Parts: sequence; C-alpha cells; structure tokens
Amino acid sequence: MNSLGIEQFPDYKVPGVQHVDFHPYESNGGSVVAIAGDDFVVIAADTRLSSGYTIHSRDQSKLFQMSSRTVLGSTGCWCDTLSLTGLVKLRMQMYEHTHLKTMTTDAVAQMLSIIMYNRRFFPYYVSNILAGLDKDGKGVVYSYDPIGHCERATYRAGGTAGSLLQPVLDNQIGYKNQNVPADQLPKLTKERAVAVASDTFISAAERDIYTGDSVLINIITKDGIEEKTLQLRKD
Amino acid sequence: MYMDSARDVPSGGFNFDNCRRNAALLQGGFKPPTTTKTGTTIVGIIYKDGVILGADTRATEGPIVSDKNCAKIHYLADNIYCCGAGTAADTETTTDLISSQLELHRLNTERQVPVVCANNMLKQMLFRYQGHISAALVLGGVDKYGPHIYCIHPHGSADKLPYATMGSGSLAAMAVFESRWKPDLSEEEGKVLVRDAIASGIFNDLGSGSNVDLCVIRKDSTEYLRNYELANKKGERQLNYSFKKGSTPILHTTIKDLQITERVHVVPMEIS
Amino acid sequence: MMNNSFAQPLWQNGPAPGQFYNFIGGVNNNGAPAQLPRELTTCGPYGTKHSTAAITTGSSVLGIKFDGGVLVAADTLVSYGSLARYQNIDRVFKINDKILIGGSGDFADIQSIKRSIDQKMIEDQCCNDGVIMKPKAMATWMTRVLYNRRSRMNPLYIDVVVGGIDEGGVPFLGSVDLRGRAYDDYVVATGFARHLALPLVRERKPKDRDFTFEEATNLIREAMKVLYYRDTRSMPRYTVGICSASDCSIKGPFKVEENWTFAETIKGY
Repeated sequence: MNSLGIEQFPDYKVPGVQHVDFHPYESNGGSVVAIAGDDFVVIAADTRLSSGYTIHSRDQSKLFQMSSRTVLGSTGCWCDTLSLTGLVKLRMQMYEHTHLKTMTTDAVAQMLSIIMYNRRFFPYYVSNILAGLDKDGKGVVYSYDPIGHCERATYRAGGTAGSLLQPVLDNQIGYKNQNVPADQLPKLTKERAVAVASDTFISAAERDIYTGDSVLINIITKDGIEEKTLQLRKD
Repeated sequence: MYMDSARDVPSGGFNFDNCRRNAALLQGGFKPPTTTKTGTTIVGIIYKDGVILGADTRATEGPIVSDKNCAKIHYLADNIYCCGAGTAADTETTTDLISSQLELHRLNTERQVPVVCANNMLKQMLFRYQGHISAALVLGGVDKYGPHIYCIHPHGSADKLPYATMGSGSLAAMAVFESRWKPDLSEEEGKVLVRDAIASGIFNDLGSGSNVDLCVIRKDSTEYLRNYELANKKGERQLNYSFKKGSTPILHTTIKDLQITERVHVVPMEIS
Repeated sequence: MMNNSFAQPLWQNGPAPGQFYNFIGGVNNNGAPAQLPRELTTCGPYGTKHSTAAITTGSSVLGIKFDGGVLVAADTLVSYGSLARYQNIDRVFKINDKILIGGSGDFADIQSIKRSIDQKMIEDQCCNDGVIMKPKAMATWMTRVLYNRRSRMNPLYIDVVVGGIDEGGVPFLGSVDLRGRAYDDYVVATGFARHLALPLVRERKPKDRDFTFEEATNLIREAMKVLYYRDTRSMPRYTVGICSASDCSIKGPFKVEENWTFAETIKGY
C-alpha cells in the first residue's frame, strides 16, 4: 500500500491480468482413424476416456453422427469436444431450418474450420477428423488442427496414437515407398478398410496407454451408417 | 602415459562431474532425455507361512509402453525379494547393488541375512541420495524371525507393514487389500488376493499393465511365478502384413571380397 | 432482429480493424476496465483477479447405478485445509423426484450452484405443466455453466456426480467436472474415490447385467470403509442418496465399520 491507499503491483504483474494457476485444458486421450474409399468411408475411434493415469469411462463414443452421411471423430480435451460438437450440431440444425436441406459433408468441413478458427486465441484443444460422403457420393476425410487448419485427405489418423498410426496408414492404404506395380496392390474395399482400421487400433492399444478398451467403427455408405465394435486391451 | 590411462578409468560410485553444467542447461530451457519409468503396481502381503510379492509388467516412457513384459520383482537373496517402482535404471541398480552386498554379508557372517538388514541397507542408500534415486520399493522376505514386508520410499523412509502397495497403481491395489486382507491367509487365498490387487492396478491405472508376476517366499523355499497370469490377451489382427519380395527397391548392388588377415582363437571360459 | 440472432457479427470478440486483441479480464487500451460477463463480477478499477483456490472442500463422492436406479454416497465432512472443520454436512442433495447430486471440491461453489439449481426447480414448479427436469438435462446444463466459467478462467472448483431416473424410467449416472468435462457410466466417482472406489466397483461388475440394489449397497458400504481408511480428508460417517422409480431420498448418516485389530500384530521396525 502506498500513501494513497492503493495497492502497488510490481512492474511485471499488470493489475487485472489473470495469474493463471488454473489450467483450462486437460488431455482426455483417445485416437481416431478414418479411411475413405470410392463410395464409402470408414471412421473408427477407441472408447477410453481418461486423464492422467485414470480411466474415467471405458465406454465413451468419440464419434458424432452429424448427418446420415457425415461423422465427426473428435478427441483431445473432452469438454472442448462436447462444446464444439454441440455447436456444430446446432449450426447444422439452423442451416437445415433456413435452407430446408441437410448440410453436405464439404459444407460441414468448411464450417468446422471456421468455428474452430473463431477461437484462434483460446482454441478448442481437440484433434478432429471428419469423415463422410461428398455430394457425388465419394468418400472423403478432412483433418484439422486445433485452430481450424483443414486438410482434405483419403485417410488420416489423429489423437494420442495419431503419430503411431499414420505411418501404418501411409504404408497400408497409401502404399507409400513400395516398389510394386499398382495393379498388384490390394484394392481398397470396404472390408479391407475396416480390417486395416481395426488392426491399427489393436497395435495402438499395445503401445499407447491412452488408447484401449474398445473401438467403435462407423462405415458410411449411401445406404446409411453401419456400426461395429471391437474389444481391445483393457489395461 | 600412466596418467592418461588412469584418467579414463572411472572411480567407484556415481559421477557428479556434469551436475552444475546440467543444472545450467535445464535453467536455459533444455529438455533432459526421458528415462524409462515403471509407473507401476507393486504389492506385498504377509500370509500364514510367509510373504507373497506381486507386480505388473509394464514399463513406460511418457505415454508410450516401452516394455510389455518387464520383470519388477528383483532377487536380493534366496529368502528376500524386492519389487521396484520408479525409474527402471534406479530400481534395477539399487537392488543389484544391495543384492551383492547382502551376499558378501552372508559370506562374512556365515548366516542367512535377515530381511531387516536388506531394509536398512536399502533405506540408508536411498536416504544418502536424498530422493534423487527414484526407487520406490516393496521389500519382502522370510528369516528366522518370521515373514516381513517393508515399504521403502525414494527419500529413504520405510514402513513395516502386513500388506503394502507402491507405484502409480498403489491406490487401486490398496483398495483391494483394505477390503479383503486378513491375518493368517492360506497360500491359495493369498495368491488370489495378490493377483486381484495387481489386476486392479493393471486395469484401473494407465501406468500399469500387461501381466501379473508373483513371488511366494516361504520359510525354506521360494517360488518365483513369472507371468503367473496373462491378464491381457493381445487382439488378433485380421490381415497379413508381410510384404511381397521386392517391395523395397534395390538401388544398386556392390560386391566386395573380404580379405581375412587375422584369425580369432576361441578359448573356453574357465569354470570354477 | 431475425438475422441478428442467426448470423453473428464477424470478429465479434476480436479487435476493431487496426487495433490489438484484448484478452478477457484485461484492461482496454483506453484504460477502462474490459467488459466482463455481467453475472460474474463488477470490475474493480484495476481489473479483476479471480479466486482460483478451493478453501473449504469436500472430498469424494461415489455413484453406482443398479438395475432400478442409482445410489450416490459421500461422507459428511467439509474440510478447511487439513482441518476437519464441518463434520456434519450433507454433500448429497435431492434436487427433485428424479435427480440426485453429490458435490465435491470447493463447498462454497457447490452451495452457489446448488442455489442456482434450487431456483431453477422453483421456476420449473411455477410452470405447473407436470414436466419435471431429468438428470441427463441437469448434467448437460451443468456442463454449460461449468464450461463457460472455465472459459472465462473463473471456474467453479467443483466435481459433481449427477444421478437419477431419466426419460423413460431409465437410470442415469454421470459426472461433470470444473472444466465441463462430462461422461456417464455405471459407476462414477470424484476425489479419492476415483482411485480407491472405482477399482473395487469395476472388479465386481457382472459382464452381462447391471448391479442389483443389494450388490450396489454392499459396494457403497465397502467403498466408504476403504475411503475412510485411506483418504486423510474423510471421516467415518456418510449419507447415501437413493433414486429409483418409487423413491428419491437421502438416507443416513451411516457409520463406517472400522476394524483396527491388525495393528497390534505389527512389531518392530
């Protein structure tokens, strides 16, 4: 206190600035894999919700069905995931009511990018992968960084085991650096995509402590969304 | 010449040469290399005829499992074993060191070394290093005074207990003991209880995982049950991931003749 | 008016063109206090520093779902640091005939959100439309409140368990934490119970069915005993909230059955 009765702050502590001992973010783990084919797209996510060394739930779906042809896989800070997916769903509903049609996958992808960039300086700490069929019925995968950078791809892995899974997909789906003629490589069928996605999760559960319990697989075709589950290690 | 070679021979004990430099580096924002941790569940109980030790088998480096089947129950003496949690290198070297000292002590005294002696040597060593040796131990053994379980913390404090747990899964395991342990359990009941405590750590603590190791120490016999239970089955992959021959392109081939100028003579090792 | 509610202005929280970005809670370029959400604080002349430490705290809450409803248990202690300050406070609340809430963390924040909830319930009753709030809706509402507070860096330091009977008579049990992280499961716990009670409950869970009421009550009794043995911020007295189709009430307080006879068998060092 000085003579005026006003508390004096040291130079570096600007009055009113938050002294942040509260961390608004938390990593809740989980991984997502999406693989797109000519007329289908497969998206898979594990069902473990954790923080630190504790498992909160072994049965938490991280796949959000936004429409009959779009599914969003979202991991990272679970409270941000809940808020973000809630907001996207809301905006999609508003779109449907104003335009009397469902948003296409590409439109959702664009909107998601904008919604995330809106929080450029306090980001949604999530790793998003959006999978769906585009307006021609072709499978597409969009992947995002936390502040809304959007990238269209045919296959993508994200989440805590993303860095473990992506090279496997590059090899098994992208056939990168393989000296084999294209016609001798296995064609990407729905079954193969599901098998590769399941197998990558089996391997991820072996080495990533935040991935496990079970995988939820959504297969999106023009006929709708088929769901499958596969049990993983529980440790 | 003599001085040069003498300088390269390390003296006994730890080398602290770079401590100040490392502290300065850390202060400048340097990220130290990661170490293998056994974020672990380790336990020990006293039962009717002795002690049972248990451990999981996961070793981690941050969020990655670095060893899926490591052994965390270490040999100290024929009648004493010790479970280690913390930094893998610390638990292994500490138990190895104490193990050899116990053996020397046994040869000197011509007696079976009591468990309390191992406890004292461990805690005195850990205290000397003020917690910088990150070893959290559950020590168990049977001697002429009976069965003993000690719980030793990295800073050198120790508790004598009828049942003890350590590591990141210690609370999960302790919950099982607190609800089900009682004095004078039979060996079968004891093994089931220890197995359940470890399983509780394996399934509820992300730092613990894979299999259950047990070690039963009785008055005059010891049974090390490595991989007593495979608590987790690895999933079966659907596809075959072997590559067709020639998938990796060969850019060029060079063949060189080896010229052998020296012969190696194999001398059989002397066996006492 | 219509359009405004749909399309928000571009860069609504951002700086005007040519100006710098101002973070919430700071002071504007012209020296005036930045606009903070009205319901939270009036800005002082030097801005606002939020309290970020819990003072009086409740420790664990444990919730277990059974085939006909849910049980929510918490001991009756509210600590002041390491002092066992208030020893007879219920931390499990009945909200209405369908909802139970168990609160841990800063007890002031619990009471604050409890007041808001009670006010909501009164408003609910005033409608007199026969519609009653369900636990799922309550949990979702709380995620929004808590998430908004955390986003303003002014969180409510609480971790709550919400349980009850949801739409269609289905039991619901969920948890919401100070960041707005929410999930539901057959067992949820906060505080030390997350480490000590969850393993016990998960161990006994039959694969193919829910717990029975009998099993659930036994597990609560066992878990509260273990918590008393191992959590230093706990005490051997707890209340249990029960919510089923026929009943929604708080039972207890119950005593923990302690047993310390093994202590005399430990000799030497």
